[in-house]
Amino acid sequence: MTNAIREPLAGYNFAYLDEQMKRSIRRAILKAVAVPGYQVPFGSREMPLPYGWGTGGIQVTASIIGAEDVLKVIDQGADDTTNAVSIRQFFARTTGVATTERTAEATIIQTRHRIPERPLGPGQIIVYQVPIPEPLRWVEARETETRKMHALQEYGVMYVKLYEDIARFGCINTSYNYPVLVNGRYLMAPSPIPKFDNPKMDRNPALQLFGAGREKRIYAVPPFTSVRSLDFEDYPFDVQHWDHCCALCGAADSYLDEVVTDDHGGRMFVCSDTDYCGERRAAGHAGPGTPIPLAAEAAE
Amino acid sequence: MYVAVKGGETAIRNAHALLAEERRGDPAVPELTLEQVKEQMALAVDRVMTEGSLYDRDLAALAVKQACGDLIEAVFLLRAYRTTLPRLAVSEPVDTATMDIRRRVSATYKDLPGGQVLGPTFDYTHRLLDFSLAETGHPQEKPAHGDAATIPERMPKVVDVLDHEGLIEREVAPPEPAEATDLTRVPLDFPAGRDARLQNLARGDEGFLLALAYSSQRGFGSAHPFAGEIRMGEVAVEIVPEELGFAIEIGDITLTECDMVSQFKGSATESPKFTRGYGLSFGHCERKAMAMALVDRTLRTRELGGEARYPAQDEEFVLSHSDNVEASGFLQHLKLPHYVDFQGELVTVRHLKAEAARRRPEQEEIVP
Repeated sequence: MTNAIREPLAGYNFAYLDEQMKRSIRRAILKAVAVPGYQVPFGSREMPLPYGWGTGGIQVTASIIGAEDVLKVIDQGADDTTNAVSIRQFFARTTGVATTERTAEATIIQTRHRIPERPLGPGQIIVYQVPIPEPLRWVEARETETRKMHALQEYGVMYVKLYEDIARFGCINTSYNYPVLVNGRYLMAPSPIPKFDNPKMDRNPALQLFGAGREKRIYAVPPFTSVRSLDFEDYPFDVQHWDHCCALCGAADSYLDEVVTDDHGGRMFVCSDTDYCGERRAAGHAGPGTPIPLAAEAAE
Repeated sequence: MYVAVKGGETAIRNAHALLAEERRGDPAVPELTLEQVKEQMALAVDRVMTEGSLYDRDLAALAVKQACGDLIEAVFLLRAYRTTLPRLAVSEPVDTATMDIRRRVSATYKDLPGGQVLGPTFDYTHRLLDFSLAETGHPQEKPAHGDAATIPERMPKVVDVLDHEGLIEREVAPPEPAEATDLTRVPLDFPAGRDARLQNLARGDEGFLLALAYSSQRGFGSAHPFAGEIRMGEVAVEIVPEELGFAIEIGDITLTECDMVSQFKGSATESPKFTRGYGLSFGHCERKAMAMALVDRTLRTRELGGEARYPAQDEEFVLSHSDNVEASGFLQHLKLPHYVDFQGELVTVRHLKAEAARRRPEQEEIVP
């Protein structure tokens, strides 16, 4: 599974960015680790990928990656999605480091929208690509205001938003990028991971780094740090559940993607984490395998 | 000695000669042919056709060449020509579900009937300058064409997949008479119908719509859209000639279409569901179609019971300022002489200044 090391691209520095730039990003990362959940501004640069496609994550990865590292890149949990393939190729070309699709083998995992199902271990680093780092953005559009709110720990407005959701819809209407409080101090956007993955952030042995290139912010959750999803005593935080298991590996504990199989509403549910699903299948687990017609579901 | 500027005629003639010289550049370099522009600057041609509201690759290529690559100027040239053309017929609505697909991607479902078709795209190219392009006649990598037969003739739309489950709002046909508003013939009126809005956005400036769409994504307007589907390819255009009474195909055009899907939490009268934003452009103008779809949805804020707080949600703000030919003309009119009005202002300001000095003699200004 691990792809061998090769010669890095001639004419470019190791990992594309120049050493001074990487140093400045590492300084921002150190500050971010020292103040968990705090958004550290940094001098984000133009990267050869479009903004919003992971330029923040790429800059963070580029500044921490070393020749000995083994890199895994996932998008939506999958190693084979186009953006993941493209970013993995970028680092394979510019660093020559070994790449892998195996969560267990990776020292650095760059991710968009998922935390792997397999628990991360000490020494691993997970780098999140972040589109909107500001958790308060949807209640206050202006950066000048939200910076003040963070400084004063003025997060009542977020609780009010959650309360209003419950009052109006009977549930909290946020399914991804669900706000968390880090180390009891800073409100943090966990990047658009499904809230299903939020509990995995809490006291995780791996270092979690977040890079937002377009918005020029870096933040972090150090290993074994508390990450609490906002909720109420009488309305505890809850994650997504499915009535089905994975059609391929039978997993009932993983985040499932819906795959439309025909134009009459038939669909299958499969693990979004391709490595997790593959490992389970290799170990002999199997799912029902067949699509579920919409009609059958309606008849249930 | 100062001599007042006279002889505008000669000045204009000379300016045009200079422009022609600049346009041609170094005569030692071969002149661009329209074929070259059309074939190798295809995306510029497509943008000019879209914002110029005229599907004609040859004329759009000519406009790009004549405008020295200034695309807004090229749109202007095409629009000005378009206005001289007779209207022969109004086509039937094109059926994009039967599009001969060259590109089709959905960000909402991992896989879906018909599959994802990446097609020609800048996506996933690493933006590294390709120095081999600096040479002419450089070797070209031939694409390994997938089996075109595997692309079905009729590809279901993602929004229709959602529709099967009743998860997305129904597109309601406008009440009779179904003739669409045509902003090239009638002035914009508020509140604008969806037809007028979509036409306005389709003709609107890509950069302006892009910035508005971006502002709404960043929180100045609450757009949380998913790209339900983006498709590009060829579609047949049909008209019904009066003497025949049935539809005949008159040709194919290339279109880019985008359906944006956003959550709607419901209101007192409507249940929660997904709502639509729609974008359509001539040729391959993906960024434009996406921005258009986002802005279309954002402009429905009031209709869906929300409060329009930001520019991208304000119909009058957006629709009145989206047209780059109008905007460019009005902005650039500032280059025209304003001697008379300015003279009036001069008199007024001098008077005000003297009046202010009379009232506050102690605060006399220091003149350098």
